[in-house]
Amino acid sequence: MLNTSDIGKVFPSVTAAIEKGRLRFFAKAIGETNPIYTDEAAAKDAGYASLPLPPSFFFSLKMDVPNPFENYEKVGAPLAKLLHANQAFVYHQSVIAGDSLTFESHIADIYNKKAGALEFLVEQTKVSNQRGQHVADMTTTLVVRN
Amino acid sequence: MIGFDDVQVGDELPVLHTKAISRTTLALFAGASGDHNPMHIDLDFAKNAGMDDVFAHGMLSVAYLGRLLTGWVAQTAIKKIDVRFTSITQLFAEISCSAIVKEKFERDGTKLVLLMIDAKDQSGDIKISGSAEIALK
Repeated sequence: MLNTSDIGKVFPSVTAAIEKGRLRFFAKAIGETNPIYTDEAAAKDAGYASLPLPPSFFFSLKMDVPNPFENYEKVGAPLAKLLHANQAFVYHQSVIAGDSLTFESHIADIYNKKAGALEFLVEQTKVSNQRGQHVADMTTTLVVRN
Repeated sequence: MIGFDDVQVGDELPVLHTKAISRTTLALFAGASGDHNPMHIDLDFAKNAGMDDVFAHGMLSVAYLGRLLTGWVAQTAIKKIDVRFTSITQLFAEISCSAIVKEKFERDGTKLVLLMIDAKDQSGDIKISGSAEIALK
């Protein structure tokens, strides 16, 4: 069970460095063939100082901790009942390999539907780079199926 | 490079077709994406959770939608992606990603194109739907 008293709860921040090898692995996993995502020379020709971070990869970097689901489990959202309901990204500045990103998240909302059969947790995340620049925002809505 | 004036409301982007999602796809995506949720890679865990089989990460199809967009414009033009997961993507699904220009507008001096985007399987069932904002000059 989720508890609305957890609205506003701040999760521990996550800092993760962006490695070229990981980006190449991600490109392979999603079938990306555009060389700017795997070949630094191609990225530079396209105007990026290194491999750019693909649009959805912010979500992955945030999971770069020993147990990325621990925060949810601690507030009553067990992994086996969890589904992803919504995901939004807002981009402010480009991010490339070699950057290091810090993710600061909190619970923005908790609500339920169908008399509690479905519980929703909305997590808001601010993403900053190693220079303290605000590069993106993410909003993740998870649903717990009771 | 595509300019703001090249785009009209109602224009459709070229559809991105992807290969059938296999267990290998999910294993690779789990590793690469950092989403190690066993629901997507461990049949025993999925069955214990009441599912018939493992199913795909929703974020895999979001990554496919990302490919659709970055195949159309430079990544730096993408200002926002907002999607809803409407149903579970089953193993062996062949995902197609589509986008249509819904609106053209200006905000704070930036010319923007609003796209309605979706990811469907081979039966036409919508798995993800939402929108994206693209800045064009």
